[in-house]
Amino acid sequence: MADSKTNAKLDLKPVFFGKKEKKLLLDPLNDNNPITVQVLGICSALAVTTLTTKALTMAVAVTLVVGFSNLITSLLRKLIPSEVRMIAQLIIIATLVTVVSLTLQAVNYPMYKELSVFIGLIITNCIVMGRLEAFAMANDPWRSFLDGIGNGLGYGVILLIIAALRELLGKGAIFGFKLFGPGPDFLVDTQAISMLHWYTPNNLMVLFPSAMFVLAVIIWLHRTWNSKLVDVS
Amino acid sequence: MQKYRYTVLFVLILSATSALILAGMYTGLKDIHEKNAQLFKKRVILKAISPLLDKPVSSLSDDDVEKIFQEKIQQVVLDMEGNPVDAARVAAAGYKKGDALSVDMAKEFKKPEAERLLPLYVYKKRDKKYYITGVMGRGLWDLIWGYIALEEDKNTIAGVAFEHAGETPGLGAEIKDNPSFGQQFVGKKIHDAQGKYHSITVRKGGAKDPDFEVDAISGATLTSNGVTEMLQRSMKYYDPYFQKVK
Repeated sequence: MADSKTNAKLDLKPVFFGKKEKKLLLDPLNDNNPITVQVLGICSALAVTTLTTKALTMAVAVTLVVGFSNLITSLLRKLIPSEVRMIAQLIIIATLVTVVSLTLQAVNYPMYKELSVFIGLIITNCIVMGRLEAFAMANDPWRSFLDGIGNGLGYGVILLIIAALRELLGKGAIFGFKLFGPGPDFLVDTQAISMLHWYTPNNLMVLFPSAMFVLAVIIWLHRTWNSKLVDVS
Repeated sequence: MQKYRYTVLFVLILSATSALILAGMYTGLKDIHEKNAQLFKKRVILKAISPLLDKPVSSLSDDDVEKIFQEKIQQVVLDMEGNPVDAARVAAAGYKKGDALSVDMAKEFKKPEAERLLPLYVYKKRDKKYYITGVMGRGLWDLIWGYIALEEDKNTIAGVAFEHAGETPGLGAEIKDNPSFGQQFVGKKIHDAQGKYHSITVRKGGAKDPDFEVDAISGATLTSNGVTEMLQRSMKYYDPYFQKVK
């Protein structure tokens, strides 16, 4: 009796984490990446990638905001009147962003100081709004949540790659851990190795323009590697 | 009509829920936020005297920071004539706690010059007194500020810590991020041999006068000029007081 009941339930409800769900979560990491394929969220991707710790915090913040705003919007999707749906979505996003910002302020104040403007700007991040409009308004809560988390991760991965390259070449460090550069503070002291005397961290990588060309190179490599993305028409 | 009523009701309920959540969270976390902001400020102040501390400021625990402030630092608030201001008058100016830490330098910066209040921190180490002054000015994009520690002679700089609200990373932001910029100030003098106020100049193209000049940051001329202006103007505010305690 109990068995047949659960079976009936399973038939009615789609599997908890099947192929489709997996696709929702992993697609944005590669084939449908919000930054390199859809080219959304560029503003913050350029601004917060000077240091890996900053990029990581931002990635976590965006992932939480997209995930939960997708979930809440999807739960409310049948209640939201269509003429005010943008306003309703914005209220949800703004609330979540403020919650994230207040939490960060309590947990890691120096990081909040560094990021404050950009945390606030998640509200206008096209990825969040785009996912709500394109996905959460038409899908069930669980899938919407996965879609949001997937897109947040897709955004975060690219952010971390850019930040790692910039911090490594610009400051010779990763997550503030000094790897190579001139001076005894670094793990590999280029001053001590005669072959590497010429080396000095490239300050250009810390400046904003470098984010532009690092991102461009990443998009190029991504398209070379994944031929599905190349528009042949 | 019926439909509009639902729409309006929906938006109102959604906004009210959102407002309720945020207001609750804000009130709940307010104390932690204030404590964090104070600790952050204290750490910046301690950075100005970091050569005198046993450990680098970044490896001090929150308790260590509080302890130093309680045991070794005396807080004074001055008016522009160099007289100490009592806590009641500081509180009347809008800073409830009445100590130097509560003085908001950005707010003071907007007041007319004669009415400003100046925070001063006196750090004691082995019978010696170090005077940490607060300075504020404009960088290229936004406010810049800092704490300048003077040695007992009230003339030689013992250490500096700069902060900024929005200078360019890699350029103007180097006043805070690059320790070697602040390091240059150590040992510089703010008065000339005759005891006249002189201040420090951040010079583009390299310092020429070893007593009163430091190298500017390449690519950040306007921020560097801002630092010069800030030091010229706001270090002078403390001069009347230093003349009196001499």
